[in-house]
Amino acid sequence: MLRGRAFKFGDNISTDRIVPGKLLHLRSNLPELAKHVLEDADPTFAQRVRKGDFLVAGKNFGLGSSREHAPLVIKMAGVSAVIARSAARIFYRNAINIGLPVLLCDTDGIDDGDELEVDLKAGRIKDLTNKVELHSSRMPRIMLDILQEGGLIPYMQKHKNFDV
Amino acid sequence: MRKTLAEKILSAKSGTEARAGDIVIAQLDLVFVQDSTGPLTLRQLNESELDIIHNPNRTIIFLDHSAPSPARALSNDHSFLRDFAKEKGVVLSDVGEGVCHQIVAESFAGPGEVVVGADSHTVTAGALGAFATGMGSTDIAIAFAFGKTWFRVPETFKVTVHGRFSRGVYVKDLILYLIGKIGADGATFKALEFGGEGVEMMGMSERLTVANMAVEAGADAGLFPSDSVTRSYLESQGRGESYIPLHPDTDATYERTIAIDAGRLEPTVSRPHAVDNIALARELKGIPIDQVFIGTCTNGRLDDLRIAAGIMQGRSRHPRVRLIVAPASREVLLSAVAEGYIATLIEAGATILPPGCGACLGTHQGVLGDGEACFSTANRNFKGRMGNPSAFIYLGSPATAAATAIRGEITDPREIL
Repeated sequence: MLRGRAFKFGDNISTDRIVPGKLLHLRSNLPELAKHVLEDADPTFAQRVRKGDFLVAGKNFGLGSSREHAPLVIKMAGVSAVIARSAARIFYRNAINIGLPVLLCDTDGIDDGDELEVDLKAGRIKDLTNKVELHSSRMPRIMLDILQEGGLIPYMQKHKNFDV
Repeated sequence: MRKTLAEKILSAKSGTEARAGDIVIAQLDLVFVQDSTGPLTLRQLNESELDIIHNPNRTIIFLDHSAPSPARALSNDHSFLRDFAKEKGVVLSDVGEGVCHQIVAESFAGPGEVVVGADSHTVTAGALGAFATGMGSTDIAIAFAFGKTWFRVPETFKVTVHGRFSRGVYVKDLILYLIGKIGADGATFKALEFGGEGVEMMGMSERLTVANMAVEAGADAGLFPSDSVTRSYLESQGRGESYIPLHPDTDATYERTIAIDAGRLEPTVSRPHAVDNIALARELKGIPIDQVFIGTCTNGRLDDLRIAAGIMQGRSRHPRVRLIVAPASREVLLSAVAEGYIATLIEAGATILPPGCGACLGTHQGVLGDGEACFSTANRNFKGRMGNPSAFIYLGSPATAAATAIRGEITDPREIL
């Protein structure tokens, strides 16, 4: 069971807002890049977010570039799961591949700063502040398996193949 | 039978009867990274000790996003990528060769193939009848090592184009119109498949422009049939042997069908800060523009430079406008020089960048100032895209871009043709 605060963002947060191209020179220095996570959308996010918090967003989170640095720096900032109304395909797959859970559900009932409790296995999100309970849509089994192993690299090191 | 293009290709490459919604493991014909995603892929491989490359001849490292490098850290990334390519014997496309998707089209991808690249615009190769899709660094690391990956077979939206484009209207206007209609997330987890008489008339350059932007509607892939246009293109590139005809079954099942009459389209523009935020160029008349950027994997091909040069011929850029042109590849640049397009553009006041991604992603070569507006032929206008979250980006065709460069404000190209 995970517990933390919600950091709420709107619809269509692109990877250009999570890690913009102007910071390309920091892509081989991930700890430094992580200090800038989402700064164009919320300049205080990187300072305020604490280990275990949740990134909550509207529709089409992570659209745009395939840059996996986007979920990586969100994870490095301490975020334990992304909860969004919908996520762009590449971002969704990248996040699972690096062991960052993404739960998809209607996030309208969650406000910025709410205290959340998340059961990843059951896909259940409890907003303890607003007293609402949400359920995420199911992820394909292969993605659940990859997430359970901590990401695609540990999955392939263990299984040596895709198991579908 | 009853298969879409995506189902046909993924069936053949997975050895199963792949249907929309299935999870399949498919063999990969081509795998690549570029210089912004590649270093992470290679570090994943090195650290995991899964660093045996499955098929080095069909594994490519492109240096195109920061080419030539504008910063020491990026130069060091390039060195890391070059050293890896040499050590593992994979193909290296170095600085100056051009944008990965253009070179994949010119020299590598073919119909019926499955292509994955660590770049979202890998969908471009769908123009050649390949199932081509973008992935992140870790998926591509595993693809480098194993030569296969898993896919969820997408449901397909069939887009049928009929009618003839009016003068001054191009396929860029068509794809922007379509994205506006579907929405930026309207085709998430789906494939777009193009067909109809309008598609039969589109050249390869035009098909590449359309397929390139499928991802801007959220799609996994933007697929074209493989036909006589595909054959002629592959033959012209000295790759006639990779041609196979490929069409969807006439009784294939589509989730949605969209019919577009090309004759009713007008010059179309995406407004800041979303690709699906479309308007007609004539509705935006008078919006002042500081920079015009012609190039990229969307519209940096010879046809695009010909159209822009044709409009700029004997005219000059507006004094306020910086006109920046980046040919998509060395081959495009050489041909554009031979045809005189480059001289025409330089005479009109253009700055020519080396083949590559140029100003598109905001790293260098045309970063915008605070409050400035750019009119670009690229595929994205997200806030912050061209290096400055306080700037504004409009997207349109090379013709609209050229007309806008002349007038210094957004201009419907039909006004000056």
